[in-house]
Amino acid sequence: MSATEVSSASAEFARRQHSPVQRLQHQLHGKPWLSPLFLLLVAFLAFYIATPTFLTASSMGILFQQTAVVAALAVGQTLVILTAGIDLSVGAIMVLSMMVMATLARDDGMPGIVALLIGVALATGAGLLNGLLVTRINLPPFIVTLGTLSIFTAIALLYSGGSSIQADRLPDTLNFLGEGFGIGEFRITWGIVVVILLYAVIGFVLSQTAWGRYVYAVGDDAESARLSGVPSMRILLGVYTVAGLIYGIAAWILIGRAGAATPNAAPDANLASITAVVIGGTSLFGGRGRIIGTLIGALIVQTFAFGLSQLGVDQQWRYLATGVLVIVAVAIDQWIRKVKA
Amino acid sequence: MSTTTSELEVAHGGVPAGKEHVYSQQPVLSARNIVITFGRVVGLDGVDLDLYPGEVLAVIGDNGAGKSTLIKCLTGAYVPDSGEIKLNGERVSFRRPQDARDAGIETVYQQLAVIPALDIASNLYLGREDRRKGPLGSVLRMLDKKGMEKRAGESVRNLGIQTIQNMGQAVETLSGGQRQAVAVARAAAFGSKVIVLDEPTAALGVKESGMVLDMVKQLRDKGLSVILISHNMPQVWDVADRIHIQRLGGRAGVITPETHDMGEGVAIMTGATKLSEDAP
Ligand SMILES: Nc1ncnc2c1ncn2[C@@H]1O[C@H](COP(=O)(O)OP(=O)(O)OP(=O)(O)O)[C@@H](O)[C@H]1O
Ligand SMILES: [Mg+2]
Repeated sequence: MSATEVSSASAEFARRQHSPVQRLQHQLHGKPWLSPLFLLLVAFLAFYIATPTFLTASSMGILFQQTAVVAALAVGQTLVILTAGIDLSVGAIMVLSMMVMATLARDDGMPGIVALLIGVALATGAGLLNGLLVTRINLPPFIVTLGTLSIFTAIALLYSGGSSIQADRLPDTLNFLGEGFGIGEFRITWGIVVVILLYAVIGFVLSQTAWGRYVYAVGDDAESARLSGVPSMRILLGVYTVAGLIYGIAAWILIGRAGAATPNAAPDANLASITAVVIGGTSLFGGRGRIIGTLIGALIVQTFAFGLSQLGVDQQWRYLATGVLVIVAVAIDQWIRKVKA
Repeated sequence: MSTTTSELEVAHGGVPAGKEHVYSQQPVLSARNIVITFGRVVGLDGVDLDLYPGEVLAVIGDNGAGKSTLIKCLTGAYVPDSGEIKLNGERVSFRRPQDARDAGIETVYQQLAVIPALDIASNLYLGREDRRKGPLGSVLRMLDKKGMEKRAGESVRNLGIQTIQNMGQAVETLSGGQRQAVAVARAAAFGSKVIVLDEPTAALGVKESGMVLDMVKQLRDKGLSVILISHNMPQVWDVADRIHIQRLGGRAGVITPETHDMGEGVAIMTGATKLSEDAP
């Protein structure tokens, strides 16, 4: 018997020892986004049967537009959760960045592009501050971002005086991501394009570069990563900073989507972003998950909201469904993590 | 022993017969008066250690004697409160494990330091990934996953471990012994000067332990220096050139398998007898 025969025989042996359930567990272990994808398809099918207008090109366009902001925020949230952290300040950073952009550029006070860059830089700095507090002072991410959530929200309200700025007082640059183009009935905004690019870039970085590998390593076991020569602190600091940058981009998308800069916009952005990440199969314990799962998770949450509203059902059902999904997703994650060879 | 000076005897107690030329060289790694405290607990209380080119130095001692703490101070995992470490005669101060690795010191820590969620190849190359050739690697920073997986397979097979087939398998799906084999393979593949093994055979079966010990001998024959921490006395007496005995956070002495038998070694380790400075 040749060596390859031996190994395929032993692989066959291993396969035969596993029950179908164990094999499913193995599949999900390697591809944690499979179960959310399945759920998304089932949800699509169910809403299509209930109301055939659900699956038209125009309503799909609306669904994607509604998903864009949370999907963008959830990219940053995924990075943070992969390191076994949590970011409660996502919405606050986005709103602060948005109010600064809009206030600076209001009534041509400043060229749109300059205001945009300042806003995004501010969000990046806010992320960096989170990162410094987590790495230098060694505080738990939950506490740090709970604190900065209040701080950034307060600054946004104080700075803007609590009032909204409508799109017609803002330069085209800031409104640009709300514009778009149609492919037949299917309308795509530039904001959606930016979201897709975000997922592509971060997906590439996470799966193809050393930095991405370190993010997983630090989240799975920070001390082992350090002993293995991974600069754990630098990676963590980088993750929070990049997350801040992404929230700044989300702020830009939000102006386009909402047609205004409002200091109390997106009140449930924090929980929605965490929900998308968790339903997407990323482990709250860190080190496990795929960015594509987060996109699916964001779509699932929005699909329930959109589908139920098309059916004319009370929106409370949406929250109920989301709550159940979160608990099921975490339970599945716990089960997957017990996988054995 | 007429060839050794009394100064050398203080530094390393005894010299294996016929190897005096090795011990008149400069040590590869030498530590003087290493002190480290954890709050009110004294981890190391002024420890010296010398490691010579091409030797296997075993470190033995009871649980809590400070063996792991000592090698962590030597490899950048801990930064000692005071003391001096020299690599090839040059003073070094490692702030992070990465610094020691860059200097050619590879370590298998007692807690193994592998990342369960990552696959075997990723673990072997963690912290020193190879990138693709051309702009994919230099501009896009893409990893050469295929190449690393192939070379990881070679490193594991070099160790003689046959039960690990798939380098793309997550480490958490491996048995304890297989994980240990991965950690040892990583050190053996990348160590260029010194290899430190903290109880590398603790989780291994008889056959696999034998392979690791063979590997230790091979590394020594290639001219590398090995520090081996073990509670397995027959193993130590089989493979070590010299034996550093750690006791209560200090060095109780250094012996050789020729000059002292296991019983005497254990007696020094437990404090039943003391090693006189000019023995043997
Ligand atoms: N990070 C730490 N914090 C506090 N105390 C520590 C730390 N690391 C080591 N110690 C203490 O230092 C002493 C020596 O521990 P060490 O792990 O070096 O022992 P060891 O000789 O390796 O034992 P074993 O054979 O059980 O592995 C112990 O008393 C331990 O409690
Ligand atoms: Mg130990």
